Amino acid sequence: MSIEVRLEGLTKVFHSHRESVVAVDLLDLQVERGELVTLLGPSGCGKTTTLRLVGGFEIPTAGEVYLGGKRVTHLPPQRRDTATVFQSYGLFPHMTVFENVAFGLKVRHLPRDEVRRRVREALKLVNLEGLERRYPRELSGGQQQRVALCRALVIEPRVLLFDEPLSNLDAKLRVETREQIRRLQKELGITSLYVTHDQAEAMAISDRIAVMSEGRLQQIGPPYEIYAHPANRFVADFIGRANFLRAVVVGAMDEKLAVELAGGVRLEVPFVEGLEPGTEAVAVVRPEAVDILPEGEGDVTAIVVFGHYTGSLATYKLSLPSGETLEVEVLSPQEKGFLSEGTRVGVRFHRQSIHLLKE
Amino acid sequence: MERYRELRRLVHDPFLLFLVTLVFALLTLFIVYPLVRVLTTSLFYRGEFNPKYFLQFFQRRYLIKPFLNSLTVGGLVSLLGTLIGFVFAYAVTRTDIPGKSLFKVIATFPIISPPFLIALAAILLLGNHGLITEFLRTRFGIDWDIYGLPGLVLTETLAYFPLAFMTLEGVLSGIDPALEESALDLGASRLRTFFRVTLPLATPGIASALLLVFIRSLEDFGNPIVIQGHYPVLTTQAYLAVTGMYNLPLAATLSVILLVPTLLAFVLQRYWVSRRSYVTVTGRPTPSSLKATTSGLKWGLFAVLCVLSGIILLFYGLVFYGSLTRMWGLDNTLTLENYRYVFSTGLDYLLDTLKIAGMATPIGGILAVVIAYLVTRKRFPGRGLMDFLSMLNFAIPGTIVGIGYILAFHRPPLQLTGTAAIIALVFIFRRMPVGIREAVAMLQQVDPAIEEAAVDLGAGFSRAFRRIVLPLISPAFISGMVYIFVRCVTAISAVVFVVSAQWQLITVALLHEVDNADLSQAAAYGVVIIVVVLSVILLLDNVLGKMILRRWQRVH
Ligand SMILES: Nc1ncnc2c1ncn2[C@@H]1O[C@H](COP(=O)(O)OP(=O)(O)OP(=O)(O)O)[C@@H](O)[C@H]1O
Ligand SMILES: [Mg+2]
Repeated sequence: MSIEVRLEGLTKVFHSHRESVVAVDLLDLQVERGELVTLLGPSGCGKTTTLRLVGGFEIPTAGEVYLGGKRVTHLPPQRRDTATVFQSYGLFPHMTVFENVAFGLKVRHLPRDEVRRRVREALKLVNLEGLERRYPRELSGGQQQRVALCRALVIEPRVLLFDEPLSNLDAKLRVETREQIRRLQKELGITSLYVTHDQAEAMAISDRIAVMSEGRLQQIGPPYEIYAHPANRFVADFIGRANFLRAVVVGAMDEKLAVELAGGVRLEVPFVEGLEPGTEAVAVVRPEAVDILPEGEGDVTAIVVFGHYTGSLATYKLSLPSGETLEVEVLSPQEKGFLSEGTRVGVRFHRQSIHLLKE
Repeated sequence: MERYRELRRLVHDPFLLFLVTLVFALLTLFIVYPLVRVLTTSLFYRGEFNPKYFLQFFQRRYLIKPFLNSLTVGGLVSLLGTLIGFVFAYAVTRTDIPGKSLFKVIATFPIISPPFLIALAAILLLGNHGLITEFLRTRFGIDWDIYGLPGLVLTETLAYFPLAFMTLEGVLSGIDPALEESALDLGASRLRTFFRVTLPLATPGIASALLLVFIRSLEDFGNPIVIQGHYPVLTTQAYLAVTGMYNLPLAATLSVILLVPTLLAFVLQRYWVSRRSYVTVTGRPTPSSLKATTSGLKWGLFAVLCVLSGIILLFYGLVFYGSLTRMWGLDNTLTLENYRYVFSTGLDYLLDTLKIAGMATPIGGILAVVIAYLVTRKRFPGRGLMDFLSMLNFAIPGTIVGIGYILAFHRPPLQLTGTAAIIALVFIFRRMPVGIREAVAMLQQVDPAIEEAAVDLGAGFSRAFRRIVLPLISPAFISGMVYIFVRCVTAISAVVFVVSAQWQLITVALLHEVDNADLSQAAAYGVVIIVVVLSVILLLDNVLGKMILRRWQRVH
């Protein structure tokens, strides 16, 4: 596999009146051909800045950007083979849909016939046929979004950059559009870097997710990997919900570690590098990786302190003997009955789903 | 590192590099260099450091007198102009008097016409042969005329109060009337509300207006040259030093002396007062329910506005009437002779003016949008400096610019004196800041992603600018050009130094006629100027402007 985007030690410091903000901090990242990598993280963590550094809209304070193996750090956007789908779309308000999409082709001095043919094909791809002569403000938000996508696709860039392309759409349209983007991206095999702060969107659309916090890369990997084996507390907390229980490693076997949770419960959980017997650790327990059983069964007894029912799901907060709180999600609660506060229950942990973090 | 990278990137965007270099070269040559020449001329004599006129400043009446006079006029005009401006603004924003838009239109007259037309009108009325002067003389035997301090204060106040009005209108309409209403609801009297709520909120705006009018008065050349009598101010004294005494060091020194209070006021206004404004508190103009004024006050204000507007209308009407008389004050029979003269002997002046305006307008307009675009949207080393330099002439009195130009461009390699180019250049670089500000304001409304998309899709600087930026900010582009054009036809303070036998301006012709005491002829020039200005504003701003605006609105 060849690497289409490579970021090396990428750093961007913004200097405003009094303070300096390190928006991107020594970021290393690679995107392979045809891959869709998401930059995911909370607001202000530097996702957009990273994307703009790749597109050439910002000049890095340090570090380099390579596209297709060529260093492009010194090149302005028009000399980079990237195309961006902007959060606000950035459609040319004084041009029709056709002119918008044709812009990038005309810049390349393609023959008129070819421009027309390719624009038409591209519009078809995103289901916008028939709207060629409209102006952007005569389109719905979803249509505008597709014009923006189409305008970027039509020049067949080496890398497509998306900056929260769905954030201006309503929830339902968001899901539809992201599926469409993913389908097109796979069909056309376009290498993509996709910025979002919505973890569900990232999980649904990505080959790999790069989780960022405060300008730093926290972890990069396929969605499954990120969810199941978060590299640190931040990732575990940001992706999905997580309980963090204090634990001590008490023994190591091949493939397994024995741990003792704070309340004295002993479990054998999947092996994690670098945790010797005797070290303190944190057990990441996902809310769905716990069974609630009648009192006396399972690993430990707990008391329901709070219950919340949403139809498909019941969420409970349980108080463990260690004093820690455990959040638990129960699917199809109808079958099991809703537990009232104060009920004593048994708790069983899914060993395979528990992930240990170094403290 | 980042600086170095900005520089390297410029190299890969050759057109941008070319533009940045060109703009810096132009700014240096036509803004910085003339200023430097003024400074060095005032400080050096025959190649040696010898600031002799500065050293004599307190001893020489011809130095200290104009300085004190300028400050006196400036102070009085600033106070009066701001007071009137406030009354206008208060009446328009805080009451429901009838005829608001008419008042606003009348208040813009002095802004778009040559300011010294007011001085001309004042002389028609109160000058040597003025209507009122003659009346007083024949009926009561009182020998009084307006020349000197009273004339200066009267004319400049009328000429510059609109500036205060527009500043304060913006400020007052930005103050949520709910604030005043809640004060009233809490039991405060109307007077108390005005003094404890309205006035404090408007204070930064008032300070701003005071300073702006002060600056304008200090810089004013047209009114003083017409009406100062034996009350010389700095601008006219500097003009006299050049044209009457050929004493350039003295002229340069006087301009530097003029520069000090102007710059001080400018800096105060820009960096201190405008920072302290509370006006953006609400941001949206709320429909005011106008409870804060009684009907007595309302009609009182209405009466004041009527009187003031009446005076302005009377003045302009007088100029028109005067233009139709044979020899104002001596022979008031009606004639079209003066217009025949304007379109025969004076035609050269008119055509020269239009030719020069025709050069300065498009060049200045384009330069303004290019600079606005570069400083708001592009990253390159020296961006802040470019911003500063391009706005510099905004703060500098025309007199200094004019003197700077003759000092800088009177000998090879850049001998421009006597050409049309030097006049056009003065207009371009003096009037560009307004175009820049409009374009900057408009660019700030345009989503940067729009141009970024263009560049991202492969458009170079030039294409992105022509195809995307320019169409989107065309209203600012056009109004910037309208402004430059209007000033080409009406301004005088700087260009009076660079006109020549070959290239004359209609404003200068007007002043000559005033000098010759042919007020009727001067008035005819004035009317022609107003007609030209009005037709261009109506044509460009309405027809073209609306056309483009409509397309623009359609697409937004
Ligand atoms: N042009 C700029 N000047 C100064 N600071 C900036 C600039 N652009 C971004 N920043 C700062 O850099 C940091 C990262 O911003 P960035 O826009 O990359 O965040 P983000 O991850 O995209 O956030 P969001 O999800 O809210 O869009 C923020 O602290 C932001 O305030
Ligand atoms: Mg962002």
